[in-house]
Amino acid sequence: MGKLFAVTIVIIAILSSIPIVMNYWGPPPDISTHGAAIDEQLHETMWEAGVSFVAAQLVLALFVWQFAGRGKNDKLKTFPGGAKGLVIAALLLVGSEILALGVIGQKAWATVYFAPPDKDALTIQAQAGQFAFYFRYPGPDGKFGTLHPDKIDEGNQNFFGLDPENDVDARDDIVAGELAVPVNRQVNLLMHSKDVGHSFYVRELRIQQDFVPGLDLAVHFTATKTGQYEIVCTQLCGLGHYNMKAYLQVLSQEDFDKWLKDKAAQ
Amino acid sequence: MRTKQILLALLTLLVGSSLMFAGTVSGKVTYTGTPAKQKAIDMGKEPSCAKQHATPVLNETVVTGPDSALDNVVVYVSSGAPDDGQVPSQAVTYEQKGCQYIPHVLAMHVNQELKITNDDQTSHNIHPLAKVNQEWNKSQPPGTPPIVEKYTKPEFISVKCNIHPWMHGWFVVLNTNHYDVTKGGGDFKLPNLPPGKYTITAWQEDYGTQTADVTITGNETKDVNFTFKAKAY
Repeated sequence: MGKLFAVTIVIIAILSSIPIVMNYWGPPPDISTHGAAIDEQLHETMWEAGVSFVAAQLVLALFVWQFAGRGKNDKLKTFPGGAKGLVIAALLLVGSEILALGVIGQKAWATVYFAPPDKDALTIQAQAGQFAFYFRYPGPDGKFGTLHPDKIDEGNQNFFGLDPENDVDARDDIVAGELAVPVNRQVNLLMHSKDVGHSFYVRELRIQQDFVPGLDLAVHFTATKTGQYEIVCTQLCGLGHYNMKAYLQVLSQEDFDKWLKDKAAQ
Repeated sequence: MRTKQILLALLTLLVGSSLMFAGTVSGKVTYTGTPAKQKAIDMGKEPSCAKQHATPVLNETVVTGPDSALDNVVVYVSSGAPDDGQVPSQAVTYEQKGCQYIPHVLAMHVNQELKITNDDQTSHNIHPLAKVNQEWNKSQPPGTPPIVEKYTKPEFISVKCNIHPWMHGWFVVLNTNHYDVTKGGGDFKLPNLPPGKYTITAWQEDYGTQTADVTITGNETKDVNFTFKAKAY
């Protein structure tokens, strides 16, 4: 019985590794300049974790096999080297593995979060609110109008709380329900939440950033392939969370200028 | 005996005459100036609704018609007509269709049955923001029966959808049956008004209210017009 269990462990370990090693379920296409670094990091993590997993399962199976069928009155063998030795060994092994991943991965993290946005990055503001994303472009004057939360009136399409009557900078601001960006141009996305926690996730961009209520955050990226991609909210935010999404449109510079013009006219 | 008969005849004449005489107040609601441009609604996050509109629908805060007509204005008798307390037995219906509320402004009598239907392929969560009446919100998945509700006090209630932020409308709960909502040409008609002095109120969701006093003496039709000043923003 015990030996059968040992065999089962080995079979499960091997079977579950096959689809991952064979890459049956590859990641979605990468359309980001930092995508390759992130994918490489995930790949290495998977290998390290995978090898450790299989090794651990094999060692477990070995011990189960060895000590199966032990009689009721047999004495328990003690750990070779004692528990203290094993704990230190585990600490060193697992610890160095995780440290290695962290050191190798810091470049991927740093290019996304520690590098400031380019000076000529296109700045777009994103607001997450229950249960839609809205995006604001500064318009021809290049300036964002001030936000007045008390002026937010969704029924009147004033999602950001702009005051065009008294605030000249707000008059040409363009608000859209989709995020259009020009291809191969860095975008600096300013992010804030209107109410509770949300999250901005575009899998093809390899970007996932939470909106934290009260914080003004930013994330920058460069999209490298035109097309339509889905932005989904990945932080449970209420009864409409399942329905909360928007579309990222990566357009050629020409199409983007046209899009901007159309939106300004609406 | 004779006196009694004469008195009875006079009484019948009096009562009969008040029932026979019923005037009408009618007119047109218009605006002056240039209303703010109504923005197009982006329904991108709900493709099943977005595809129902060949061109994006416009915001309905200010709806205009030909010749400076103003639509969605509720015109009603705010004083003078003793409320007979007659609650219409027929329900009023509020549709959720193409991720819009139809009609944008729905007027009803207090305690009149209100039926809310969902004709879309997506769930809605209607949330009338009542301050005088009970505030509630109800989820309504596609294919479920209509929500049946009623309001017990007169109020102008702003209605929103908790799931689709662009959806907006109004419930106008009145304690009179003498009301009309302008549509298409800004015209309204308030018939069946017995002789008396009335105050007619016109309400537009963004431009506020205006009143006019009118006296009905018999069967005549009194012409009352309202003009609202448009807001630039």
